[in-house]
Amino acid sequence: MKSHLLRPLYVVVALVAIIFIARVIVVPSDFGVGEKGYMYGWHRKANEDEWKAFKVKFKNRDFCKDCHVSEYDSVMKSPHSIINCENCHGPAYEHPEEPPKLIINKEREHCLRCHSRLPYKQTERADIKGIIPDNHNPDIECVSCHNPHSPKGDAL
Amino acid sequence: MSRRDFLKTGLMVGAGLGLSSILGKDILSSAGIITPKRWVFLVDTFKCVGCGLCVRACKLENEIPYDVPVTRTWVERYVVKKDGTVLADSPYGGRDGYLINNPQGIVVPQEDIAKAFFVPKLCNQCTNPPCVQVCPVGATYQTNDGVVLVDRKWCIGCGYCIMACPYGVRFFHPVHKVAEKCNFCYHRITKGMKPACEDACPFGARHIGDINDPAHPVADIIKTQRVSVLKDEFGTKPSVYYLGYDSLIR
Repeated sequence: MKSHLLRPLYVVVALVAIIFIARVIVVPSDFGVGEKGYMYGWHRKANEDEWKAFKVKFKNRDFCKDCHVSEYDSVMKSPHSIINCENCHGPAYEHPEEPPKLIINKEREHCLRCHSRLPYKQTERADIKGIIPDNHNPDIECVSCHNPHSPKGDAL
Repeated sequence: MSRRDFLKTGLMVGAGLGLSSILGKDILSSAGIITPKRWVFLVDTFKCVGCGLCVRACKLENEIPYDVPVTRTWVERYVVKKDGTVLADSPYGGRDGYLINNPQGIVVPQEDIAKAFFVPKLCNQCTNPPCVQVCPVGATYQTNDGVVLVDRKWCIGCGYCIMACPYGVRFFHPVHKVAEKCNFCYHRITKGMKPACEDACPFGARHIGDINDPAHPVADIIKTQRVSVLKDEFGTKPSVYYLGYDSLIR
């Protein structure tokens, strides 16, 4: 066979070789090692750890308890004890380092999430003490009259 | 060492390794020492009041841009009128809660309401996840504990998984420009915490559990009470179970 016929073949062989070498370099060693093989385990195993390392923002009331004992105690005695602190105070992140002070959500709409009366008898919403937002002091923040930490006691 | 000894010890070591690998797992798992974790979720729609605190917490915890109308979890409102009309809505995924009785913008008088309820939704982490099957690059995958994750580095943004999901739980992340979905707060549950939505829910409408842990209350409820899954006919075998399911729920 003459060499002008072989030459393109060499090129093809070289290309295939380059692709295989590139594949070895590009594809990570933990690709497709999942126990379920290539059906549901066709992935980079390392990505599971990347997700585990994702940053936690909401720390829960047990995290707040250690420093803010009196606030914790006061709210735990109230019907609002079912609400985690961070639902109103915002996620703690690395508090007290970052952020040093949490921003409290005092919006009227935040309280109305539960306390705007809806006539849905099939849900527990109907059992919550609620108001009709347009009739009950519109445009005034709820916290200017009601103390969210003891909503039963200090209402005006 | 003679060749005979070498072959002898080699055979024995080999047989020992093989036996222990075959027996080890079975014995340990049948004795209840190793039980593979399998995360399941229980949604109690009777308890949901539609406050949307779960949606808000999820968005903040998982860095989903707050003012973009995409969410990993959302709360739907269903209002059925006495004439049979069904009004269902979920503005911004129920992020701001439901303050007014105006499903789909229509104010329904109290006496016209036959029934009304809220349904929290999230990724079902299917046992047979269609999104994993269709992913051409192995970016969407299922971990051994049953959670379906998306590899942000490998996702090419083709959107097959978004099309394949019968529950419509997937969307494109507006910042990372890759497919996004609920992952049961994998970074929290693997640290022994609860998902952000469950912690945020004051009424106990959401619960995560391990179905293979017989002592877990969630596993107990799923095994002993009348629970249902969404779109069972699709055969995806969801891991999210509903108490108070209604055939109206789509």
